Formats: sequence, structure tokens, C-alpha cells
Amino acid sequence: MASNFHHAQSAHCESGVTRNLLQNIGVKQITEPLVFGMGAGLFFIYIPLLKISGGPALAFRSVPGIIFKRTCHSLGIKIIRKKFSSKEKAKEELDKKLSEGMAIGCQVGVYYLPYFPKEYRFHFNAHNIVVFGKEDGKYLISDPIMEYPTTMTDYELERVRFAKGALAPRGQIYYTLATEPVTEERIKRAIIKGIKLNVFHMLKIPGAFAGVKGIAFLGKRIKNWRDKLGTEKAGLYLAQVVRMQEEIGTGGGGFRYMYGAFLQEAYNYFQHDELMKLSEEFTKAGDLWRTAAVQASGIYKGRLGSQQDYNIMGDYLAEISVIEKLAFTKLAAVNKQLK
Amino acid sequence: MKKDEVPQDLGALGKLTKEVCYATDEQGKYTTALSNGWEVKTNALDVTWENIQHKVEAAKAKVLNNEASPILFFMEKNIMDINILSSYTGFFKWQIKRHLKPAVFNKLSPKKINKYAEVFNVTVDELKSMEAYGQ
Repeated sequence: MASNFHHAQSAHCESGVTRNLLQNIGVKQITEPLVFGMGAGLFFIYIPLLKISGGPALAFRSVPGIIFKRTCHSLGIKIIRKKFSSKEKAKEELDKKLSEGMAIGCQVGVYYLPYFPKEYRFHFNAHNIVVFGKEDGKYLISDPIMEYPTTMTDYELERVRFAKGALAPRGQIYYTLATEPVTEERIKRAIIKGIKLNVFHMLKIPGAFAGVKGIAFLGKRIKNWRDKLGTEKAGLYLAQVVRMQEEIGTGGGGFRYMYGAFLQEAYNYFQHDELMKLSEEFTKAGDLWRTAAVQASGIYKGRLGSQQDYNIMGDYLAEISVIEKLAFTKLAAVNKQLK
Repeated sequence: MKKDEVPQDLGALGKLTKEVCYATDEQGKYTTALSNGWEVKTNALDVTWENIQHKVEAAKAKVLNNEASPILFFMEKNIMDINILSSYTGFFKWQIKRHLKPAVFNKLSPKKINKYAEVFNVTVDELKSMEAYGQ
């Protein structure tokens, strides 16, 4: 058992798991916001023709595992990542690593997670946890969403590791290898690299669906939902947007606040005053995402429902798009001055 | 969001664990705060679950009317679609579409029936007689 493993709760599962795994190999100075920023965690895409569970297909995050990979890579930490076709081999490998005293990251589906409340169990396969030991025949689980560590039986863990459907985890495990101490210089370079990549994601991806353009595009589409879908279905669509946006620390407001926290921490490394000011702009964007969610909830709860209400919702997203475009444009300029 | 504005509307998750949020303190500095939940999110979940419940009831009515096999009912109840069910059972999508027909379902081999029962985590009897399963 990785007896020194320290469970800490986080706002977002992957940045939390990454932070906890890094702490475990002695890289103590990396916080969750730093991971989120170095890993370029802010993302947006809306794909109009695709449907997810009968509703709009949008994502506020990149593909699972990428934040972990980028952060470790930037910090010069070697990682191992394995998928399995056989459940037996997946268990064997995990047990072997645990017996060596390692803490292991696992991608899992949430539908069969025994400790999750029923209301939160959907076929969502991009959740991340750490397995840090086995005691009395049960795996010791650190789920960064939970306040305290929990446990799972062999069967329970196998079921979530081999959840099926979109983004099926296929038993995926990942872990870091021991590392040299991470220098301040290395962290600074990782911050610059993360910002650069996130600027690219939000401003430069071609086409109308991704980044700040995607946010404005979704806003425009929402204005048509009432006529196109009817009030009931439009309400369900908006509920799905809000679920994707604000669910357990992922998405809209929460991610902007975390990015704001990241910029403040970046300030500690660079003492560039603009970083503090830009942090405030991300806070402003986060607040507006939440205001938009309140508006959406008015619609799906039936308190609001006129075309004007949909227009207001769409305009919020258009406004967010403008704020974030400006913030990232300024950030790109500031990033070039960081040393 | 300021730290004292972090919502504390007890929701489903809040009964089990609090959520970590990043919020600013009096000096505008980011820190973490714990939230019990947010009504706006709880409502979004409620709306989604009401919709799932409607789908389950509609599926049940179809099965009772002999318009669909009990697989439809259990598929909806497990929030699956044909894609997800296909990957859990290992059957092709076109096979599942056939199995959704009552006439085909009634002639399914015990092996296939068992596979469905296993995936839905019910006994074969419960699978066949949806009524016995309640809901």
C-alpha cells in the first residue's frame, strides 16, 4: 500500500488526480490550478449535428488524460499509460503496481461507481480516480470529487474500469515514474507552454465550433431552439448545457475560476502585474457563465419561456465569447513577455 | 465568484460530499471553498431525470402493448441507447434492433437472454416479466 499517499479533494477530477499523483512522488509545489493551467484545461467545442443522449453535443474539456500527460511532460516527468483488452491482465497489472507501493491513476465510468449518488450516475466514462492500495480484499480509492478516500471491491472496480460506450476507459491505468526534483525554472516554462496552448485552443482552432467562436455559435443556435424544438425539448437541451457546464466542478464557471486562480499563482512565479488583472477578467467570465446558467434554469424550470428569454440566454454566451476572446488575446501578449 | 457567494443549496451530491470551488476572498485572492450544491444544477438534474422517467414509462407501455420487447424497458431504465447496449452485450446494433421486437425476443436462445439479464443485472424471469420488476 502506498502508505504515504495523501488524498486531497479537488474541483475537477483529472487536475485533482494529477496533483495527487505528483504529490505522491514528492513534487509538492504543484497545486490543482497549476496543473489545470499547465495542462491547458480550458476548452470548448459544440458540434451542432452530433447528439449526446438525445441532446446537444458540447464539451468544456479536452480528451480525457491529456491534462495529466501535458503537465507531466512539461515538468519533465516520465509517465506510463496502459490500456487492456483483458480484464484479468488489467487486474494483475494493477495489483502488481500496488504491491510495489505505487499509487495508480485509473480512468473509469461513473455509471457503476458504488459511492456516487444515483442522481449522478450517467454513462460518462471520463472520470479519474487514484487507487492507492488494497486492504482486507478491498481497493483503497481516492476519488478527488469526494471529501474522504473510499473503497471498492474487485468486482466494483472491474466494472467501472471496463465501462462501455463513448470514451470507454478499457481498463486504462496511468502513473508517474520517480523524478528528479522539479526546479522553479521548469515550472515557469511549463506555465508559459500551458498558456500558449490554451490561447491556441480558445482563439486559433479553425472553424466555427471550437473555442470562443464556438461559445458565440452555441449562443446563436440557442436563440432558435424555442421555435425549432418546442419548449419542452428546448428546456431539456438547456438542462443538458447546464449539466455539461456546471457538473461536479467541470465546465463553465468553475473552470474560469480555476483558470483565474492559475493566473494568480503564475503571478507568484513571474511578478507580472498583468497576470493579476487578467485573473479578474476570467473571474468576470466565470460569473457570467453562472448568470447564464441561472437564466437557463429559469427556462427549464418553466419560470421563463418567451423568445425574449432565449435571446437573453444566447446574448449571455455572445458576451462571454467577447470577454474571453479579449482576455486570451491579452494573455497571449503577456505570455510573450514572461521570462 | 466571491467566497461568501458560493452556493449552499443542499443537493443529491451535497448529502454525500461537498464540492470544492475556487472563489475569491476579501482581497480578491483566489482560495478554495466548499459548496453543498447549487439549486440551478440540481434543477438541471431533476429535469433530466424526469425525462428519463417519462422514457421508461413510455417503454413500459410499449412492452405491455406488445409493441416492443422488455429489452426496451430495461435499456431505458439503465439510461442506455442501442450503441451503449451493443458495447455492453457484444451484440451488433442490428441484432439488438431485432431483439426489440416481441416476436423475435420470445424465440431468443437462453444464451442471448442470459447475456441481456447479466448486463441489466436482473434474473431471466425478471427480464421476461417486466411487471414483476415493479417501476
